[in-house]
Order: sequence, then structure tokens, then C-alpha cells
Amino acid sequence: MRKNWIGIPALMILLLLPALSVAQGVDENLTPVDDNLSTVVTEDSIAATLTELQPVAEEQLEEPDPGLDVSGAITVLDKDNDAGDQLLVSFELPADTEGIYAYNVYRRIAGEEGEDAWNLVEVIPADKLPEFIDGYDPDYPISPGVLYEYRIASVTVDDEEFFGSICKAEVVPEGEIYHTGKTRVLIAGGLFMFLIFYYFGKAQKGTKMYLRPIAGIQAIDEAIGRATEMGKPILYVPGLSYIEDVATIASLTILGRVAKKIAQYQTPLMVPNRDPIVYTIADEVVKQAYLEAGRPDAYDPDSVFFLTTSQFAFVAGVNGLMMREKPATNFYLGMFWAESLLLAETGSLSGAIQIAGTDAVTQLPFFITTCDYTLIGEELYAASAYLGREPKQIGAVKGQDACKAIIMGFITLALALAIIDIAAGTHTLDWVRQVITMPIVD
Amino acid sequence: MYETIGIWVGAFFTLAIYSFLYKENPIYRLAEHLVVGISLGYTMAITYDITLKPRLIEPLLSGNHWILLVPAVLGILYITRFIPGIAWLSRYPIAFLMGTAMGVSFPLTLKTDVLRQLEAAMQPFYMSGMPWHEIFGNIVMIFGTLAALIYFFFSKPHKGLFFGTGSKIGIWVIMLGFGATFGFTVMGRISLLIGRIQYLLGDWLHLIE
Repeated sequence: MRKNWIGIPALMILLLLPALSVAQGVDENLTPVDDNLSTVVTEDSIAATLTELQPVAEEQLEEPDPGLDVSGAITVLDKDNDAGDQLLVSFELPADTEGIYAYNVYRRIAGEEGEDAWNLVEVIPADKLPEFIDGYDPDYPISPGVLYEYRIASVTVDDEEFFGSICKAEVVPEGEIYHTGKTRVLIAGGLFMFLIFYYFGKAQKGTKMYLRPIAGIQAIDEAIGRATEMGKPILYVPGLSYIEDVATIASLTILGRVAKKIAQYQTPLMVPNRDPIVYTIADEVVKQAYLEAGRPDAYDPDSVFFLTTSQFAFVAGVNGLMMREKPATNFYLGMFWAESLLLAETGSLSGAIQIAGTDAVTQLPFFITTCDYTLIGEELYAASAYLGREPKQIGAVKGQDACKAIIMGFITLALALAIIDIAAGTHTLDWVRQVITMPIVD
Repeated sequence: MYETIGIWVGAFFTLAIYSFLYKENPIYRLAEHLVVGISLGYTMAITYDITLKPRLIEPLLSGNHWILLVPAVLGILYITRFIPGIAWLSRYPIAFLMGTAMGVSFPLTLKTDVLRQLEAAMQPFYMSGMPWHEIFGNIVMIFGTLAALIYFFFSKPHKGLFFGTGSKIGIWVIMLGFGATFGFTVMGRISLLIGRIQYLLGDWLHLIE
């Protein structure tokens, strides 16, 4: 009930925002693209239809300065393996490039009139190749089936523009249903999913499956018990990443298991969050855990809370919390970046037993040196199965092991073929690599 | 004038945060609460300015992007959490986001974390003209990868020659890798500290150039 009053101003603010925007007037000013990174036209374009753009007569916007030449014909290719939202654009360099600092590429929908219709979609430095993939800028997306016009401006150091002809494309961007460069990803995904579901099914039928002990996971019960005995809270940080991160999802699953045990022991819990969506889900997970433990009355709505989205402000907040509340046990499970050592070192100073787990390779060394137990990489993903001991999840772990066995098999095969190639002077390894992994087109 | 005030404020809060090294104290607490509060307010303003306004409100007001009502409604459903009677509605955007996130990340993870890594591990370890240290490095890489993979086998006991010895070598390889990463990252952190000291001694106290 305490949260109810917050909803009213929140809804009011949300409803007022459009009204405020109307009052301010919609700012139609175009923002120049400042991404100077040159993009290279890929080999995808080979199969695409090449169309040279024809100059539209009598639409020269500005007379070129005799001292600054303008670009020639513009060529457009419809990019393969996309959703119809990209075009490959290239143009002929001016005969005389003296004094040209960069080329500004403008685009508008064919048929639109006026200067406001033009959008600056790319700035290509004079020393880069005169080609790029149009459609990357989310402010000026390309829509499938729409015909566009382009014009190129030669730009001086003083940002003075000299425009070439307006060219209308004869092709429109078209999307493809199937990405031909990702067939291997599809096959590998299908194989791995089959293996996981196969062992999943075996586990459901009652087949006993072994899981080797992992010290960090076995210590979780001990750590919760310690906090209960000391009458101090438990701190659980589910990482600083977003919900789409696999480590965050693994962490939230573990949080459910941990919270269930905490509910049984009636130990105070603190779950600070950096991401609002992760916070919402963490809150649901903890609430559900208390319900499953048969103690919904013991659930404290303030135990899961949002702190801030700023990385180091979040760390400052959690560190202060650790030093003031003195939790007996700290869990850092999920995705962490530069803040890992700051958190774990402060937790160590506060005298808490610490269990960490992440798949961030650069942060694991810091956790290993400062925490009592660390779940390394995939151990974090497997932790949920260990804690739950449900046949389905154990089956999934077994399936992942089978996937690793296949990967090991391929590496061993490559090693054997490399030895054969050295002895026989053949190139079998190259062929196998080509079949298995190459090319995986982006 | 404003620059000088900014430098003094920056120096004060740098020292306030560093005071935590001695112990948790009211000055640190002041800095902590300010940084948390200001960062949150700033993020809200930025989110409105770069996301809500240009990507939702303006396109909707222009009258051409009614499809944006779908994410807008999903977003508004999050706020129902504050109203207990209809709080269950907030589970719809959560479910949508989780499902989408999984679907998008699955092929990406498979490509970057599995196939690309597999491709890198399937390199020929020897080619004519290759220097000996590179050959040695390739052999270490191949056997190190295999050993590390053995360590991450959860459904087999780490006993015997293959799984026992293999996993022991694997954890050694992993720890050696972590040691190198640790040293590399610490160097980066030291450079951050140097930057702060330069700010205090240079910009603030003018003791160094």
C-alpha cells in the first residue's frame, strides 16, 4: 500500500510529457551526422543488382565553385541479407580533389521537395573510400520499398558545401527472409538445442544424472546460515547489466533459490538494482520465492530496491550500504564491469562472507582475489540447477556438457588434421574449417 | 569564475569519496547521496530528451507512426506495479522483454561465443616459416582450450587421467589467464588514479603543470 501514492504523480508526469512537447513545438532541425567512421562495402553486394543513378535534370542546387570540384555518378546496391533497411552507396570522386576536406552525403525520399527533405546521412573524410552502407543511422532509417534520391556535397575545411547533381535510385531496398550467411549458426543452434532437450527428456523420465560438487555453490547454504545466526542482513547484487544479459538471467534464477532459503530462515535481504527492468523482475522473483516458501507475510517490499542507473553512483550507494548495514553475507552474481573490485573490496572490509559469480573474464580475477568463493563463467549458469536439483535443469546441464564434448571433438579433429597436413603436405584442415565455421557473415 | 567553482567542487567530492579509504564518514555519505541522487535525476532528464521525446512523443505527434503505441502501452504497463489491483499487468512487458532478449541473444551468443571461438581454436598450429614461439603459443592455446573445457564438465567426476588431470591443467590455465588479465587491468586502474591526482595537484592546487 505504501507504494500506491507514487503511481498517481508518475502517471500524471507521463500524461503531461506529450502536452509539454506540444507547447515547446517540435524541433525539426536536422542534426548532422558526426560519425566519421568509414564503412566498407562488403562482398554481400556481389549478387545485388547494380544500378547507376541517373542525374535528374535541372535540379542543380548550387553552382559548383570552379575551384572545388564535385563528385560524379552515384551507384547504389541493394544490400543482401538484410531487412530491406540498408543500401550500399558509392560515388565517383571528383577529377580534382584539391581543397576537399570531406564529402557530405544527403538522402531524401524521391519526390519530396525542398531543402528540409534532405537528411545528412554520412560524412566521408576525403582520404577514405567513397562508399558506405546507408541505413545504420537510427535517426534516418531506410524503409523497404521506398525510392530514394541522393546528392553529394564536396566540403571545404571551413565547412562550405559544393553540391553535385541530384541522383534518383532506380532500385528500392528489399529485405530477405533468410540470412544465407548464418546457416552454420542455425545448424549449430539446432544441434545444441536438440542435445539439451534430449537430456532434458531423459531426466524427466527419471534417469539419474551426476553433478560434480562446486565449492561456491555448496557454500551458499552455509553463507545464508551464517547471516541468520548473526542476525544480520544478506546483500544480493544481481549485477549491473540489463535483462538481456545471460549472466543477469542466471543471477535472477539463483536469486529465486537464495530468497526461498532466506524466507525459510527469516533473514533480512537487500537487493539493490541498477536497471529498472531488472529491479522489477528481481522484485517479482523475491516475492514469488517468499510465496513458495510459505511465508508471503515475511516479504518486505523494501528489500528489493532501485538505486541508480549510473555505474559508479551505484557502487558508491552499495558501498555505503555495506558499511552502514554490515551485511553478514554478500552475493555478487551477474554481469560486472570496473566496479567489481570496488564492491568486493568494501565487502571484504566490512567482514562479510562473499560469494561472487560472473562470466566477465576481465572481472573474475578481482572476485577471485577478494571473495571467499567465486563461480567462474559457466558455473554461474549451472548454479541454478545445482540449487534446485530439479531433473529438468540437471538434464539441461548434461546437454550443455554434450555440446562442449562436440566442440572438443572438433578441436581435436583440427589438431589431428594439422599433424596430417604437416606430414603429407595436404590442406585438409583448411577445408574442414571452411565447412564448419567459415564464412559466418554478419 | 564558473570553471573555478567547478574545479573546487570536483576536488571536494574527489576527497570526500577518497575519505572512505579511512572509514565510512558523514562527508563520504554526503558525496554518496549526492552522486546517487544527481545521477538518477540526470538519467531521467537524458532518457526523456534522447529517447522518449525524439523516438516516441514526436513521431506519435507527427501522426505517422501509430505502431509506436504498442511499445508505449507496454511501457505504461510497467507503471501499473504501483496500483496493486492491476499490478499483474506489469508482467506482460516483462514477459515480452525476456522473450525478445532471449531470442535476440541466442544466435548472437552462439556465433560470438561458440563458433567464432571454435574457428580461432581450429587454426593450424604449424606453418612453414612460423617462428618457434608462435608454434609453441599455438600448441599451448589448443591444449589449454581443451583442458579448460574439461574443467567445465559438470556431469562427470573430476577423477582419472582424462577428467582428473585434464581439469587440474584446465584450472591452472584459467588462473594463468586471470593473472595476466589482473595485471593488465590494474595498470589501467593506476592510470585512472594518476588522472585524479593530476586533477588535484594540477587543476586544483596548481602544484604541477
